[in-house]
Amino acid sequence: MSEAAVMETHASDEPQVKSARAETILYVDGVSVTFDGFRALNSLSFYVEPGELRAIIGPNGAGKTTMMDIITGKTRPDTGDVLFKSEIDLTKMDEAEIANLGIGRKFQKPTVFESHTVFDNLLLACSGGRGVFQALFHRLSDAEKIKIEKTLVTIMLEDKRDETAANLSHGQKQWLEIGMLLMQEPELLLVDEPVAGMTDSETEETAKLLRSIAKDRSVVVVEHDMEFVRDLDCKVTVLHEGSVLAEGRLDHVQKDPRVIEVYLGR
Amino acid sequence: MTDYRQKYKMTPVVGWLLQDRGGMILLLILIAAAILVPAGNLLVPEGSALHVPTWMLSLLGKYLCYALLALSVDLIWGFCGILSLGHGAFFALGGYSMGMYLMRQIGDRGVYGDPILPDFMVFLNWKELPWYWYGFDMFWFAIVMAMFVPGLLAFVFGFLAFRSRVTGVYLSIITQAMTYALLLAFFRNDMGFGGNNGLTDFKDLLGFSLQSDGTRAGLFVASCVFLGLCYIVARGITQSRLGKVLIAIRDAESRVRFTGYRVEYYKLFVFTVSAVMAGIAGALYVPQVGIINPGEFAPALSIEIVIWVAVGGRGTLYGAVLGAFIVNYAKTFFTGVMPDFWLFFLGGLFIAVTLFLPKGVIGAIPAFGSADRQSLLTSWRKRRADEGGKA
Repeated sequence: MSEAAVMETHASDEPQVKSARAETILYVDGVSVTFDGFRALNSLSFYVEPGELRAIIGPNGAGKTTMMDIITGKTRPDTGDVLFKSEIDLTKMDEAEIANLGIGRKFQKPTVFESHTVFDNLLLACSGGRGVFQALFHRLSDAEKIKIEKTLVTIMLEDKRDETAANLSHGQKQWLEIGMLLMQEPELLLVDEPVAGMTDSETEETAKLLRSIAKDRSVVVVEHDMEFVRDLDCKVTVLHEGSVLAEGRLDHVQKDPRVIEVYLGR
Repeated sequence: MTDYRQKYKMTPVVGWLLQDRGGMILLLILIAAAILVPAGNLLVPEGSALHVPTWMLSLLGKYLCYALLALSVDLIWGFCGILSLGHGAFFALGGYSMGMYLMRQIGDRGVYGDPILPDFMVFLNWKELPWYWYGFDMFWFAIVMAMFVPGLLAFVFGFLAFRSRVTGVYLSIITQAMTYALLLAFFRNDMGFGGNNGLTDFKDLLGFSLQSDGTRAGLFVASCVFLGLCYIVARGITQSRLGKVLIAIRDAESRVRFTGYRVEYYKLFVFTVSAVMAGIAGALYVPQVGIINPGEFAPALSIEIVIWVAVGGRGTLYGAVLGAFIVNYAKTFFTGVMPDFWLFFLGGLFIAVTLFLPKGVIGAIPAFGSADRQSLLTSWRKRRADEGGKA
């Protein structure tokens, strides 16, 4: 796609975005953020439809993690709109509020509660009361127990139920973290480099897991691994220097000369 | 599953106490001590080998207060990763509340014989009782204040610190600053708490003379009871889902946030509960030692509490109690035999425990090196490795 073509599609996007906004799960428009003079995001705009699985790729420093931070409330944008389900403004909320709205986030490095058992990790993530006193007097209900058992099967850790999370392998920790996100019953899942450091077979299993999760909810995956993105078989957004460079099917964006230039160097 | 549910419903408290071997041992020892030690003091005649001298009774009572203080620090440090180096402040505030009651109990038996004003106020030429001394002639009021004032301070301090996400070393430093600021404030005569000399010359508590063996035995029993009760409360908190959230905060705070929990509220809750326990410890301590002065706010003292917990074994609750007894017994011994070496010994002990017994004395006993302790250690090592990698 030539530069003119990109400009053209972008221009013709304008009216579409307005109508699309009515049915998006995530709507990011004109978001910029600057850290000490470094422009991490530069008028970033894209949207995700309900039930969509989306991969986001880009070279180091393209702003992928900053974008995640903005959506989940860790960082506030300088300008721009971030809307959840077309109407909820995420830029005014903190992490806990956004998590309770139904946006789950998986970190790049697997982050689970190491001293707790796999079961307790899932229990803590279980959707429901988050208040201090609710937690103090909480009793495990049958419904919660069944839900945890189901998730244990989904993430292939049913025989590790009583193992402390510290004793899991790297890949198993990644799955546990995905399982914890599922327990929160999010409508939108943000997944940061889920297969970094995984073996080939684990990578394949993870792609399968994410595809099955995406059947019921929207999933945004940030990833470096091209093979994995191909396995995901979904629409791809390419970020570069804080804004969207190209969007489309993987084989389509891979042919884009600008994408090739960014990835292979100048 | 139904069996599990029934078991869970019928025995929520008894259930986890029975599984908590260290806690059961601690509670049994406390019950035995609460009966045998006063009996040995009051009933066994002097000269008998089983007689417990009064000084030993008071000393053990003092240790029990320290143990309760250590328990309160372990609750936040061992389970939530909040390293408070200012817990002595909450202890001292509880102590001052009790001290104010004891001062007002003196009445006209003071040196100057003023029926209302404590001696130091007469000495400073004060004519009226300051407003904040009102109510302290009532025992119940002093007890409520001994818990309320430390709790309120912890709540306000914690609200500001945790909301601004002050964590780790930075939090430890500002807790030190807090207790140091209070030290300086309480040193001033204008504060109306006896300045440098603090509050002392106490006569009686609820009409019982503080010098009598019976009162001392009563205070000893009260210390045992409150240590036991606070242990059960602390264990209850750590066994609940809230306790699991606290451990999760210790291990991966940001994950807890992104899971939808308000980390600051959880920290605030446990920090306040811990400060109230420290206040109770202070209130029990003052009548047994007979004095409270600003020295209790000294930053070094607050650091010492952390050493007690580290020596006993962090994150176990009963380990903190054991550590408080071990270190304070050593302190009594050393300051008696070779006072100049005590601080060297304390420093050496801390280094030795950190190097050779990272899980404390409790962790060195195989029966208590449980899975939870094991994983606490691995996660701690891992985190340290991560921090090293970042630096």
